[in-house]
Amino acid sequence: MDQHLLSLVLFAPLAGLLILLLIPGSQKNLIKVWANLVGFASFLISLPLVSRFDKTVGGFQMVERADWIPSIGAKYLIGIDGISLLLVMLTTLVGFLAIFSSWNSIDDRVKEYYAMFLLLQTGMIGVFVSLDFFLFYVFWELVLVPMYFIIGVWGGPRKLYAAIKFFLYTLAGSVLMLLGILTLYFQYHQQFGAYTFEIVDLIKLEMPLGVQQWVFWAFFIGFAIKVPMFPFHTWLPDAHVEAPTAGSVILASVLLKMGTYGFIRFSLPLVPKASVNVTIVQILAVLSIIGIIYGALVSLMQQDWKKLVAYSSVSHLGFCTLGIFAMNPNGIAGSVLQQINHGISTGMLFLIIGIIYERRHTREIAEYGGLAHVMPKYAIVFAIAMLSSAGLPLLNGFVGEFTILQGAFEASHVWAAFAVMGVILGAAYLLWLYQRTMLGQVTNARNLHLPDMTLREMFVFLPLIAWAIWIGVYPKPYFDLLEKPVQQIVERVRPDYYQGGVQKADAAIRRHRDTAKIALIQAGAAQ
Amino acid sequence: MNQFYTTTDHFVLIPAIMLALFGCAILLFDFLVFPHPKQRKWLLLFVVLGLGFTGYGLWRQQAFLTANGLTELTAFQGSLTIDRFALFFNWIFEIATLIVAIVSYNYLEIEGEHHGEYYALMMFAQCGMFFLAAGTDLVTLFIGLELMAICFYIMVGFLRGDKRSNEAAMKYLLLGAFSSGFLVYGFSIMYGLAGSTRLSDITAAISARDTWDPVVFMAMATTSVGLLFKISAAPFHMWAPDAYEGAPTTITAYLSVASKAASFAFLLRIFLGPLASSRDAWEPLLAGVAVLTMTVGNLAAISQSNIKRLLAYSSISHAGYMLLGLIAGNDTGIQGIAVYILVYTFMNLGAFLVVVAMRRKNIIGEDLDDMAGLMYKNPGYAVLMLIFLLSLAGIPPTAGFLGKYYIFLSLIQTHHYILAVIATLYVAVAIYYYFRVVRIMFVGELTEKAPLATSFGLRLALGITGVLTLAMGIYPEPFLRLAQSSLLK
Repeated sequence: MDQHLLSLVLFAPLAGLLILLLIPGSQKNLIKVWANLVGFASFLISLPLVSRFDKTVGGFQMVERADWIPSIGAKYLIGIDGISLLLVMLTTLVGFLAIFSSWNSIDDRVKEYYAMFLLLQTGMIGVFVSLDFFLFYVFWELVLVPMYFIIGVWGGPRKLYAAIKFFLYTLAGSVLMLLGILTLYFQYHQQFGAYTFEIVDLIKLEMPLGVQQWVFWAFFIGFAIKVPMFPFHTWLPDAHVEAPTAGSVILASVLLKMGTYGFIRFSLPLVPKASVNVTIVQILAVLSIIGIIYGALVSLMQQDWKKLVAYSSVSHLGFCTLGIFAMNPNGIAGSVLQQINHGISTGMLFLIIGIIYERRHTREIAEYGGLAHVMPKYAIVFAIAMLSSAGLPLLNGFVGEFTILQGAFEASHVWAAFAVMGVILGAAYLLWLYQRTMLGQVTNARNLHLPDMTLREMFVFLPLIAWAIWIGVYPKPYFDLLEKPVQQIVERVRPDYYQGGVQKADAAIRRHRDTAKIALIQAGAAQ
Repeated sequence: MNQFYTTTDHFVLIPAIMLALFGCAILLFDFLVFPHPKQRKWLLLFVVLGLGFTGYGLWRQQAFLTANGLTELTAFQGSLTIDRFALFFNWIFEIATLIVAIVSYNYLEIEGEHHGEYYALMMFAQCGMFFLAAGTDLVTLFIGLELMAICFYIMVGFLRGDKRSNEAAMKYLLLGAFSSGFLVYGFSIMYGLAGSTRLSDITAAISARDTWDPVVFMAMATTSVGLLFKISAAPFHMWAPDAYEGAPTTITAYLSVASKAASFAFLLRIFLGPLASSRDAWEPLLAGVAVLTMTVGNLAAISQSNIKRLLAYSSISHAGYMLLGLIAGNDTGIQGIAVYILVYTFMNLGAFLVVVAMRRKNIIGEDLDDMAGLMYKNPGYAVLMLIFLLSLAGIPPTAGFLGKYYIFLSLIQTHHYILAVIATLYVAVAIYYYFRVVRIMFVGELTEKAPLATSFGLRLALGITGVLTLAMGIYPEPFLRLAQSSLLK
């Protein structure tokens, strides 16, 4: 069992799903209880990953390897490093909370709903733990189907449009990514005479810049659509608005991270020359900055509460991609941390919208106002979530954004300047949203008697708020966790980076020497 | 046994003999021994027995090849060749015939057109397919093709009372005869070039000539037209939607799987044999045809409201994907076609089987809307259909992904990047129309309360196809080995 902990984490939801299928559909409460138990158990099972993980060691840990399809060289190969550990933990926690939050909101086709969620859970964890590109691709695609159904069956009025748009967009991207994968696979065979999809092997490839660029763009389309980066973001607002609350939470907190994770895990190490190519970096940075500012501006204009948060994701994910393409340890580590932060804070924001939507069945911001008087607990939780998303110091968002900005500043002052504008705009639309919905007098008579949050609803937020404060107050364990993997990536894409670091160290030593000299002189004078 | 019919000849011919014998037996017994309609179930036993003996023959041939370390066994002075390639395809025909036969019983009862000839025709058609996969002589191949085609003309029009069925059969017959004309024309030029009808002689004669030799080009072009018609590649696909729609659904399934597999076996024999040396001439031509086929198939499928027509166009687009494997032409490509055909057999049969189940007493059940809310009426059928459709679209972890994987890989290996990008993007188009069906099944409101038809045969067939479609996706190793061994070498 010990060696197979990661497999257990990966397949626990699937096992739960198989048992769920045996429960007759009419037993709604039993199904709900069972799905929640499975979600909670999956989270508990994943906890030992944290304690077992040794952050002083680079490379992948808890690796499990088995032959899967020997004739094409595909393996069942899973393992985690600091980056994937964080994302797996985010998935198991948010996955459980999303299931838990659906208790009241989903009442028809309950069995199918939870079945889809558990399948989704396995797919998402699989994406983050796969170290074999073929396996990764299988999980990557596996995620699409349950998400299609969650949006398409339990979604809002335009659910079918949103669901198929989500599916087509991501699928078109991922099949092109498949071509990139196959190119690497084929190149590896040409250079080393063996067929493999192992990431660790494929990293050894030396390809000319031209080929690397093609592969990079193939990956880019797959990942950028998933993130989503600026010109490919149009599926996101539709999917978010139409999805049921738990679907939006999963979509924002975990699914989008698959794209940024892809950039960090695959694009950078596998095609390093293309990834640091000046033109490509410029394009990516510009797209990220456009995403940051455009997302924020569009958020400012939204009349729909959920759409506002959806567009804010475009803006926040822009920070994540900007951090990645700053190509320095601060940028990348900040980006990973910001992905977690976004998962926590945007997850909370969507849950908050879900709570009010269950009570009023509208998301028009104009319908609300002064809710703080009626629902004080709700207003407090919303305030925390909003401030964490806006990047208030001592909450998680600040740490991530600050580190990314540090990285961006190191790469280019101009990038940082534009990105800071995004931070300001971010604070603007979030605070304004809060003001319009929560503060002032109760403007709509229908809001006068809304019940405040129940205990169950409070409980959903508790772990997320605790996590947000932990990252905000004491982020060191996270940076420790990310140090090794990020260093490996930076060394891979910019082999001279740490030599540049050596120069800085030299300067420090020189300074040190000078002080020593002064001390010596003083000592001499004393003599 | 004399020199015209040696023991080897007999050994090679056994499966075809069994099919023909049991086909005749079914005709005779239906007429003489089982006059009562209720006794027709015995005919099914004949089919199973016949297929069993055929399978035994094939199995012995396979064992013989393995035991003696042979790659092929030729008979009738090189007219028939049993190699891994022929065996691979014959196993596919076996499975397709068996699955279609066991679901036909209930279906034909519902249609009210249950006659013994139906089963006999299936056996004869499979006999034709045997010759298509094993034939290495133009005359043998042509006879095999016509035997199969004529059986299909009759079977497509089997619903005598149904206008659409009659129309479909007529169209298929006329266009089929026309394309056969082209094919024979091409064959005659080949014969003129080589002075022989043996594929090996023709290969030698053509490779001695220039790639762009006009006579060779003529032979290639006319033969291609005939072959492309049979696999329903655009622009020779016109017959397919009509024939698929009008034919009894079981026959549509059979036509789309077995006939297509046999035609591909035939096509590969010709293009990798005699025409291999003029690859430069036909490669761009076929590339154009493949792109056009995928375009026509995928785009036309989007607007279909009849599910049989939708699947017909989808099967046209699948022919385009398979052609891409031939265009790449390396081992991966050819293996890719084999894998593709294998997975296609199960997933496409499966999808049509669900359509077969939609036909109930007094309910035609061919419109997309007839599937509305299927998930809440027959969840088993709906989930199976979902698996088949995902597989047809090529989404892992279903079998269909494997087929596409090989095709894409072969295109990358041979530097056909543009074709690869086009082919991948059509996957996204395909998902759109496959998911129209999914949407209707899972989100649509239940309008028709009557549950789908069911019978032991149908459940068994759906079970086999469904399990294999998933199993080949999740643990494909044994199936890939099988396909790998079938390379034409």
